[in-house]
Amino acid sequence: MEILNLEGAEDTPKIILDKKNGIFEISGRSLPEDSAEFYRPVLEWIGNYGGDPNPSTEFVFKLEYFNTASSKLILDVLSALEDIKGMKIMWYYHEDDEDMEEAGQEFSELVEIPFEFKTY
Amino acid sequence: MNFIYELHRTMMSEKLILVYQGDFTQETTKSILAMAERNLDSSGEGSSTKRKVFNVMVEALQNIVKHSDELVDGETRSHAAIFLIGKQANRYSIMSGNPIRKENIANLQKKLEHINNLDKDGLKDLYKEIIKNTTISEKGGASLGFVDMARKSGEKLEFSFPEMNAEYCFFCLKVNVPRGEE
Repeated sequence: MEILNLEGAEDTPKIILDKKNGIFEISGRSLPEDSAEFYRPVLEWIGNYGGDPNPSTEFVFKLEYFNTASSKLILDVLSALEDIKGMKIMWYYHEDDEDMEEAGQEFSELVEIPFEFKTY
Repeated sequence: MNFIYELHRTMMSEKLILVYQGDFTQETTKSILAMAERNLDSSGEGSSTKRKVFNVMVEALQNIVKHSDELVDGETRSHAAIFLIGKQANRYSIMSGNPIRKENIANLQKKLEHINNLDKDGLKDLYKEIIKNTTISEKGGASLGFVDMARKSGEKLEFSFPEMNAEYCFFCLKVNVPRGEE
């Protein structure tokens, strides 16, 4: 399966989705001009991955900031991951960033996937 | 040219640290954010306050980009809006102003009043409700931005609609972010 690798920018996150090496990570800042357009390839990739996933998947979110338009798309990403067996979300937040911790908790209440919270 | 001095004095007395007027795009949004971030960093602001200010700024700026009504005056069309940041001893104020067609005011005012009537938990529930049940409209869902501004600031949103002409008012929004909780 092809690797999805998006370089981060000042308004878009860095994304690596690599089935072979078991790396699934969205990190950095997410405030794109058109969040639906930006996350479309990510949702497509996950759709394909769901057809033949690894036995277990640790999907890492390590976001420094995301805007509200991105929050809907992050929920879409999580909803797409929800149907994949062996899925686990690793939600990283900066140790003094209560808002990011709370955001992760809110997402975890909206989908049926185990979340593990970690600070960095 | 006295207006230059007048403008300067107004900025000083209102404690404004950044004023931008003109067309708003994603590019200007990024520039304004970068400028404000440098300012916050160099003033040694606490990281929690910095993050909240950044949050509110992004939502306010992107609201203008996506929702400001085009001002049509005869042949002239413009998206001119204004964005300001004030810095007082105990808080930052993130302020914006943009034209709004009069027929759009009632709906916006209703949303803002609803948000202002909610407490912390009410805002959290509304936030979850919106991201769960709505798809992003082509304009991108401004009410979620207002909910987030209210949550991050922990204060009521201040707003007014002074009249511009027969068709337009100017939507003024002020969001206060308290300083130095750490």
